[in-house]
Amino acid sequence: MKEDKEKGMLKNLMELLDKYEELTLEGVSLSADELEINIKSSKALQGKIIREELGKTLLELGKALIKGGLAEAITPPTLTQIQSQIQQPLLPSKPLELKESDYKLPIKKYSGKIVEVTIGATKEEGGTRGKKVIVGGECMPAFHLFEGLQPYAPAIAGDVFDMPISLPKPVKECFGDALQDPVEWSKLLVEKVGVDLIDLELISTDPYIKDTPVSEAVKLVEKVLQTVKVPIIVGGSGNPDKDAQLLPKVAEVCEGERVVLSSATLDMWEPVALAAKKHNHVILAWTSIDLNQAKELNRKLLQYVPLNQILIDPTSAALGYGFEYAFTIMERIRLAAIMGDNELQCPQISGTANAWGAREAWIKDPRLGPREFRGPLWETIGALAYLLAGIDIFIMLHPAAIRTVKDVIGWLMGGKNPETFSQWLGVGG
Amino acid sequence: MAYGRKESRNFLSMVRSRRLKMPKKIGPLMIYPLLPKTNCGRCPPKVCMGFAVQLTDRSLSLEDCPPLFEEKKYEENLKKLRELLAPSVREVIIGSKEKQVKIGGKLVLRRHELRYSNPTTIAVLIDDGMKDEDISKWIDEVNSFRYRYVGMDLTLDMLAIRSTSKDQERFEKVIKKVADKTNLPMVLWAESSILERGLKVVEDRRPLIYAATKDNWGEIGAIALKYKCPLAIYSPNDIKMLKSLVNTLKSWGIEDFVLDIGAAFGKDIAATINNLTMMRISAIEEKDELLAYPLLGIPVRIWDEENGKSPELLSWEESCLASMMLIRYVDMLIIRRATFWSTLPLLILRNNIYNDPRKPVSVEPGLRVVGNPNEDSPVLVTSNFALTFYTVMGDIEKLDCYILVADSEGLSVESAIAGRKLTAEKIAEIIRFSKIEEKIKHRTIIIPGLAARLKGDIEDATKWDVLVGPRDSSMIQAFLKEKWYGKDHTPGWSYK
Repeated sequence: MKEDKEKGMLKNLMELLDKYEELTLEGVSLSADELEINIKSSKALQGKIIREELGKTLLELGKALIKGGLAEAITPPTLTQIQSQIQQPLLPSKPLELKESDYKLPIKKYSGKIVEVTIGATKEEGGTRGKKVIVGGECMPAFHLFEGLQPYAPAIAGDVFDMPISLPKPVKECFGDALQDPVEWSKLLVEKVGVDLIDLELISTDPYIKDTPVSEAVKLVEKVLQTVKVPIIVGGSGNPDKDAQLLPKVAEVCEGERVVLSSATLDMWEPVALAAKKHNHVILAWTSIDLNQAKELNRKLLQYVPLNQILIDPTSAALGYGFEYAFTIMERIRLAAIMGDNELQCPQISGTANAWGAREAWIKDPRLGPREFRGPLWETIGALAYLLAGIDIFIMLHPAAIRTVKDVIGWLMGGKNPETFSQWLGVGG
Repeated sequence: MAYGRKESRNFLSMVRSRRLKMPKKIGPLMIYPLLPKTNCGRCPPKVCMGFAVQLTDRSLSLEDCPPLFEEKKYEENLKKLRELLAPSVREVIIGSKEKQVKIGGKLVLRRHELRYSNPTTIAVLIDDGMKDEDISKWIDEVNSFRYRYVGMDLTLDMLAIRSTSKDQERFEKVIKKVADKTNLPMVLWAESSILERGLKVVEDRRPLIYAATKDNWGEIGAIALKYKCPLAIYSPNDIKMLKSLVNTLKSWGIEDFVLDIGAAFGKDIAATINNLTMMRISAIEEKDELLAYPLLGIPVRIWDEENGKSPELLSWEESCLASMMLIRYVDMLIIRRATFWSTLPLLILRNNIYNDPRKPVSVEPGLRVVGNPNEDSPVLVTSNFALTFYTVMGDIEKLDCYILVADSEGLSVESAIAGRKLTAEKIAEIIRFSKIEEKIKHRTIIIPGLAARLKGDIEDATKWDVLVGPRDSSMIQAFLKEKWYGKDHTPGWSYK
């Protein structure tokens, strides 16, 4: 009976609204166990203002009911409840059907293309590599897969040094005694970690370190070539005078293998360019976070070799240590290349292992958490960011970082890479 | 959440070639006619044309021109200017007046085009199904998370509270607890039937409501409208549906949306990364109004299908996914926990990417003491470009020496010398200012190899001897061994 009464009252209220469009209730008390509202379609109720006013009125009504303690069991009707009760014709401005929208992919046409660079040569091609690595060939920004296909998977080179150097503990723990022997270290990287290339750094040739003679250094290069069947990058010490002697000799003993000579710089490029031309190798063109320098160096190198014998290394800063400058230069080089700047249309290579230069990666500090996770994660995140900037070859150090980046590349390429990297972290799973 | 293989390929099958449509670039000549043109001198450049230029590169804002706001006759022009200068992505504010975060408000697709605004906000997730003491612990972790980096504190920004208990009362209780312990802005993540009671507790804090989907948009939309809260739209791997939801709810009068297209670490990462990229390009370069809202990335989803993985591995994967989403434009992230080792690289990545690329990053000029130097220890000089400085510090940290950081106006040694920002006078100035002469017996300074040509000038200006160091700081150790300490180990020399 009570219910009917309430209904009747609300009905009256609605009719009043119909007539007057506005209504003030004064000195009214209501009590009810349940409020059910049925409102018929009505001209006066059309339109947003009235709809909202009605909602508010009903809410106020509900609140007043509770406040007054007249009917504790009643919760004020929410707009949701009101809406579900009010039928659609009443509320044309609040569609209850989805307003379907279309989406067109934002595809652009790019006039330029990164050249394809082949590293390594198989037996048929006059070398002894088990496989070769091809990178480049893209004609869209990094992994804009909606605009074009990524022709070749970016590759990972494992970093190997020709003498024991000070390495962060998490890296040491992964490789153990192999670190004492560059040949064993290379083998482990290829067989256990699955790198695509080996980057052999002949740092001991530096006159300020051990001044290893060129003749001795190239013996190690030959030994590594005999042991692993992946293509290799051979790095000098960075001492321009010594590198000018070392790298041409490396080019000579690696004849037929199409290795990467690392590196040509604005200080010392001609001997490397000549050697690469004569023995058909690839040049790593290294400049220091400066697009114009990268262009300038390429212009010089292009007098001797075509674009497909050059990899641009625009310098990879560690996360937190100038990372953004490196990231942006890489992104700009990629964009310039696909927009048609043919002096920059080479794949880019990154010394991603520089990540370990960040003290946050290796420092022993309990507050920062276990460094066996922190360090490789630092390297991984830098690599993933550089991957999205347009890097084609990563030179990396830690197995877990290498595995993760390899997995992500595999997923982005649409392939599957079920192997887990967690064994290198010792976290299981 | 995982996309099926078929779905993950959807975006490839949708590929249709289209003519290149570039965004209209705003130039000073478009702005100038709308300014007062009185050259009244009240803005920093003093003249209207200069002001127009600085509006274009966003180094000044409309508020820097008081007449526009004071005089009624400019009202119409002010409105036009606001439209002209509006960011391509809407800025959405979450939180109360006292404590809020701004997300979105993006002007460009890539940072070198101008700069990114509003660094990606990072929220930590709390499930109401967690034990009370764990909830307290996690909130404390977020509150106390702090890392000192290039002169600033890196911190976390928000808390997201998710209803996993599916119990209104519990959800409300946890929200109350969080609200008591912190004033950080919040995300409330619940079904429409659970949400409202908890929302009422923090109504005045304007939390972000998560989320309207194709199944619940009516109820959730009504709540967002009622409480005037920003609303997240979740449409996994379906941009069309996402747009339809925005389109519908926008017509209801909701203005602030945040868009979540899903997150996957695994083979579907290709879809995750490409969806985000496409949406942001559509918003900025194609002016797609229904996508011109901040993007939300929820890498924490990977914890929901942990497949027996260890928490460390999940943190690892989450951090990798979050980083890639941060690079690909997300304006806000929800992560599992403020675990230091997995969260710190994310915060540093954010800081780096959101640096203004037009401003060189610099450190305070002055004296730095490395290790335990004595009166015979070497004194080296470098620039105050942060990258140079930190690189040098990294290379010499095992030595005992003094470093004089000269004011090169934030440029690297090479650029600073070319641009005459690093001069003999600057080096003389830092020698005086640092009072280094009181700490050492000798008077020999080691300058960077790239500064070799300043040798004579420095000797004249300082009366010190100048030793030209290596071109790269990685060689400093070897250099000192040979040139400073010679064959004999001088006191103070130590390999630690």
